[in-house]
Amino acid sequence: MSAEPAPSIAIAPKRKSAFLSEPAILIPSVVLGLLVLVALFAPFLGTIDPTQFDPTLRNKLPGHVGTVRALDGTETPFVYRMGTDNLGRDIYSRVIYGTRISLIVGALVALVSTILGLTIGLVAGYVRWLDGFVMRIMDGLMAIPPILLAIALVSLSRAGLVAVIIAIAVPDIPRVVRLVRAVVLSIREEPYVEAAITAGTPTPTLLVRHILPNCIAPLIVQATFVCASAILVESILSFLGVGLPPEEPSWGNIMAAGRQYFRIFPHNILFPGIFIAATVLCVNVLGDALRDRLDPKLRKRV
Amino acid sequence: MADVLAVDRLTVALPPGSDRDHAVEDVSLKVGAGEIVCVVGESGSGKSVTAFTVMGLLPREVKPVGGSILLEGEELLSATPRRMRELRGARMAMIFQEPMTALNPVKTIGDQIEETLTVHTNMSSAERRARALETVEAVHLPDPQRILNAYPHQLSGGQRQRAMIAGALVLDPALLIADEPTTALDVTTQAQILKLVAELRARRGTGVLFITHDFGVVAEIAHRVVVMQKGRVVEQGPADDVLNRPQHSYTQMLIGAVPSLTPPARAPLDASPVVLQTKNLCKTYASGGLFQKKHVTRAAQNVTIDVRRGETVGIVGESGSGKSTVARCVARLIDPTSGEIAIDGVDYAKASERVLRPQRKRMQIVFQDPYRSLNPRRTVARSLIEAPVNFGMGEQAALSRARDLLALVGLSPSALDRYPHQFSGGQRQRICIARALMVEPEVLIADEAVSALDVSVQAQVLKLLDDVRARFHLALLFITHDLRVAAQICDRIVVMQKGTVVEQGATAEIFAAPQHPYTKALFAAAPGKHIGSKVTA
Repeated sequence: MSAEPAPSIAIAPKRKSAFLSEPAILIPSVVLGLLVLVALFAPFLGTIDPTQFDPTLRNKLPGHVGTVRALDGTETPFVYRMGTDNLGRDIYSRVIYGTRISLIVGALVALVSTILGLTIGLVAGYVRWLDGFVMRIMDGLMAIPPILLAIALVSLSRAGLVAVIIAIAVPDIPRVVRLVRAVVLSIREEPYVEAAITAGTPTPTLLVRHILPNCIAPLIVQATFVCASAILVESILSFLGVGLPPEEPSWGNIMAAGRQYFRIFPHNILFPGIFIAATVLCVNVLGDALRDRLDPKLRKRV
Repeated sequence: MADVLAVDRLTVALPPGSDRDHAVEDVSLKVGAGEIVCVVGESGSGKSVTAFTVMGLLPREVKPVGGSILLEGEELLSATPRRMRELRGARMAMIFQEPMTALNPVKTIGDQIEETLTVHTNMSSAERRARALETVEAVHLPDPQRILNAYPHQLSGGQRQRAMIAGALVLDPALLIADEPTTALDVTTQAQILKLVAELRARRGTGVLFITHDFGVVAEIAHRVVVMQKGRVVEQGPADDVLNRPQHSYTQMLIGAVPSLTPPARAPLDASPVVLQTKNLCKTYASGGLFQKKHVTRAAQNVTIDVRRGETVGIVGESGSGKSTVARCVARLIDPTSGEIAIDGVDYAKASERVLRPQRKRMQIVFQDPYRSLNPRRTVARSLIEAPVNFGMGEQAALSRARDLLALVGLSPSALDRYPHQFSGGQRQRICIARALMVEPEVLIADEAVSALDVSVQAQVLKLLDDVRARFHLALLFITHDLRVAAQICDRIVVMQKGTVVEQGATAEIFAAPQHPYTKALFAAAPGKHIGSKVTA
């Protein structure tokens, strides 16, 4: 018996290097990278203690030159680049430190909801008798407006970063579960999965080895959208006064504090607003670009 | 006979970076009025590209770069898009392989047929309705009035294809292009559609360009045959000449690879013990539930089959006959509703997954679609050693066995480190057979294992299956819809219809003297009975 000739279909060369040369991926990556650096090095960026207030310096306009009093009473001159809020706190320092909170919330919420959603989705998609039960719970969760659910969850415990992250992650889980379950339902019918069943592969191995890899690409995309919405929801919760304690420098808190005065002192809301908009825009653009790259259905075919 | 279509030295370029420069090269063919010209070739031969070029339906990236196409004397390659639109539907029409996707699911059949009339004529609505009704009657659809008001999903596959033909012929085009119109249909439906095409051609004088990969179909209807290979015409001529006295070696090879409907004499089986036994196997699907009416489908009913060691038993039947259900129950990919399935007398029909898992190595399965049977992210080596490692074999021992088995199925051991996409369909099916053999099964199930392959590759894979069956003394359960393939490889045949076994017996006996009316109908419908050759003998 003779072997067949080599496959006649040419294999398209892989172009990994082109990945970063795409502007829709490169630009948001660079901006987000800068924001991460800002968050990491916040104390060294000309900031002062973001919670320190000074009644003599309330509602100063951006560029105001004043002094900062240290704990030991010494005073040093300081330029309030973005002005101060109604308690005399430096908005620049609060915005810079706020980057930390927003990025931590965005990343952790994306991580938590993705991991939990992936696990639940794999089980619901593969174990048929659990599917109906699990998915009805998920439908129930989705029927509750996410912000209200988050407010309810935060009010169950003392407000803090962990409580906020959990409160934002829980309403996002059903979306991830639905996505993963849909992928599992289509992949489990593939003959190679059935071949693995007849090969006696135990179910957990089967899930991890043959089904999970197909979920990764859509999950990465979904995670970016979860991340963007988490940053927004955290701001909304803080703005509504049910998120982090008001002294915490989160972008939402800064805007909440500035809300009453924003007709006279718009800088209170302008600067954190710019940061939120830029961050969420970058994450969303990156997610869109990744989806175009990773989703084979959208890829242009010849 | 005036030429309806004259294609002259047509060359169509593929975009740069494709596996070859031209999809078709220097293709010349003619279709006369009232003539059926069959274009045959394996996948990638350029037969569909030729048809799409005539219709002007090529994707933007693929461009005709030379030659000419004359439809009733009018050049099509230089025609404006507007002129092409006028010609499509009015002077030339096309029908496709899958009528379900070629029809719009949200419009009635009547609306879709009338659309052509609305676009091309000034007929009043009543005239259009009358014309549509007339055409639907002409393709012998039952209850034409009801069909016109029906949606595609309410019709059967054969009826949909008839409706497609009605839509194509409503304006009496001079040329009908049929792109594998019967490939997705059952053999009895196929026979009816072929008869219809031949009849309409005779009555209306339509020239038909019929694209197919199936020499049985060619033998049934073609006046002239064009054989294509890798984008070039290698041979053309009257059907009788090409089929019975092929000149080109490729045509000879293709026709030689078509399995014959006459079963070869097979070595009589000694009294080998029965390995696989199903007794009153039933599988029912119940849909609906809380909010809907319960709907019960009996996919398999009281199926009783024995397979001896070293024996090949074929289950043949049309789609929906339950043959795959039986195969998947035997492999325990689905759980049977009732009945027994036993290997060496050990019933595992109801065994729990935990009890079943150690037994799984005794029955292995090869699937239809070689492109989906291997995990695209894993190397061939990892796919092959998965099962033996699960059953406790060391990795090194498994790898060395994989090397031996790859050699056995005709692949070099270097294949181990490569990924599935680097192989052709036939090669992948060989890998799948090797994978099934890795755990030394007693029962091998081949579920339409050669149906997706080109005819020349099909012959090789069939021979391989027969070889490994003899070599390892396997009980081979062979599921197929193709009587030709069944005739060549099976010792015994089980004919299934609508979930039940209607007839079973030795292959030679059943082919010589079928007893059940359904079996008789199946054989009567097989196209091109006299062509084909013996593969395994």
